[in-house]
Amino acid sequence: MIEIKNITKSFDERIVLQDVSLTIEEGETHAIIGRSGSGKSVLMKHIIGLLKPDSGQVLVDNVDINTVPYGELRTVRQQFGVLFQGGALFDSMTAFDNVAFPLRTFTDLGEKELRERAQECLELVRLDDIGSKRPSELSGGMQKRVALARAIALRPRYVIYDEPTSGLDPETSNRIDELIRSLADQLNITSIVVTHDMHSVLSIADRASFVHEGRLRWIGTIPELHASNDEVLLDFVKANEYQIGNAGATA
Amino acid sequence: MPDLHLLLRPFFSLGRYSLLLSQAFISLGEFKTYRKNLTEQMIRIGIDSIPIIALSAAFSGAVTTVQTAYQLVSPLIPKSIIGSIVAPSMILELGVVVPAFILAGRVGARIAAELGTMRVSEQIDALEAMGLNSVSYLVVPRVLAGLVMFPVLYIVACFVGIGGGVLVAELGGFLSAGEFMQGAREFFRPFDAVFGIIKAVVFGFIITTIAAFKGYYTRGGAEGVGRSTTEAAVTSCVFILLGDLLLAMLLL
Repeated sequence: MIEIKNITKSFDERIVLQDVSLTIEEGETHAIIGRSGSGKSVLMKHIIGLLKPDSGQVLVDNVDINTVPYGELRTVRQQFGVLFQGGALFDSMTAFDNVAFPLRTFTDLGEKELRERAQECLELVRLDDIGSKRPSELSGGMQKRVALARAIALRPRYVIYDEPTSGLDPETSNRIDELIRSLADQLNITSIVVTHDMHSVLSIADRASFVHEGRLRWIGTIPELHASNDEVLLDFVKANEYQIGNAGATA
Repeated sequence: MPDLHLLLRPFFSLGRYSLLLSQAFISLGEFKTYRKNLTEQMIRIGIDSIPIIALSAAFSGAVTTVQTAYQLVSPLIPKSIIGSIVAPSMILELGVVVPAFILAGRVGARIAAELGTMRVSEQIDALEAMGLNSVSYLVVPRVLAGLVMFPVLYIVACFVGIGGGVLVAELGGFLSAGEFMQGAREFFRPFDAVFGIIKAVVFGFIITTIAAFKGYYTRGGAEGVGRSTTEAAVTSCVFILLGDLLLAMLLL
């Protein structure tokens, strides 16, 4: 379980997050939604300790990741897989080596077993035939899927997705959403999805948190979101390509 | 009134540079993390730089020989003195400072651009998020490779530079190779070579750590990478000059 308690963060005197508290339950798919620049990616980086809050706590399984020594923080991070917005694939390696990288670094698997495991991850994201290609030779959607295969290679308990569908066409976005859902079910992963794509939220999330102007404005389940009368939230939802009514029918 | 933040900026940078160095020093124990990268960086920084370093050293030695011969017109001065001037010049200064400037561009800019691109494309965040120590994986092998390979490049530069001098002396008819080497041997002091190696290590440290620092903390996309790369090369050159003077005053 991940508990975010009253975190505040500012950059150069500009407050980006203010007194945000949030709990992510074991096994759920939790969407963090909000406009661009609302602070949701900053919030995501706090969850794995890539940023430290000015005040407040982030507890991962009751471990305060901002006070533990760096060595222990790294152990906590090994329970996470992160899909970064641009994929963040290592461009000096092939797609296969990207997926095999965490296995080579953190496990004692033999080469044969390691290759099988990396291949299995590529198959899970339905990309078993592009292993020898460099990231620059892959489309945006493929890069994200390879990055997803790398994120799940160590069988993490938590996977964080930062804007998993941004910049992708609707069909590829749907495929990514399906993958997130099926990985969560198959591998029993707790998923945190940072996005402003409401279609994606309604298809995959169990609960959602709405971040607005650095504050957590609303939190609840998807049925509660449909019933909400928070004007700012509704404006955000309506501003999306898929309006809540249509997407609700799809969901 | 001047902006206080702007005035304090060099001190912030110095603080962050020191923090990165201390983190790199602490990470030295994680040999398994950087072992593979160390070999790769030693090849990229050292072996791949040999052609350009050898070329510049050959010309430095050759030009110094021609200019020294041009200045020594008195028949009272033995010609072998040309070797006594060219060889120590290579060993003390030209064999280490000229390569350092070239490497500030070739190696420093490359390190800053590589790490800068990795920073802005979130590859460094990805390493950290996996639980890997990114300083140990990226910074330590580059700095160590610089510390080891710069003295090697210095030795190459000295040999090729003196060789270039001998060749031009012989081909230009200024003096024979034997006379050149006799002069070189006459005034050779082993400490000069030790001093050159010390300078090579210090310059290797300056170039790789400044480049790693600029690259590791890059902000602002492609423009930021460009800025870091330029700053890495320029700052390294300034500190090479300062270091050169300081070491000469301290050790000679």
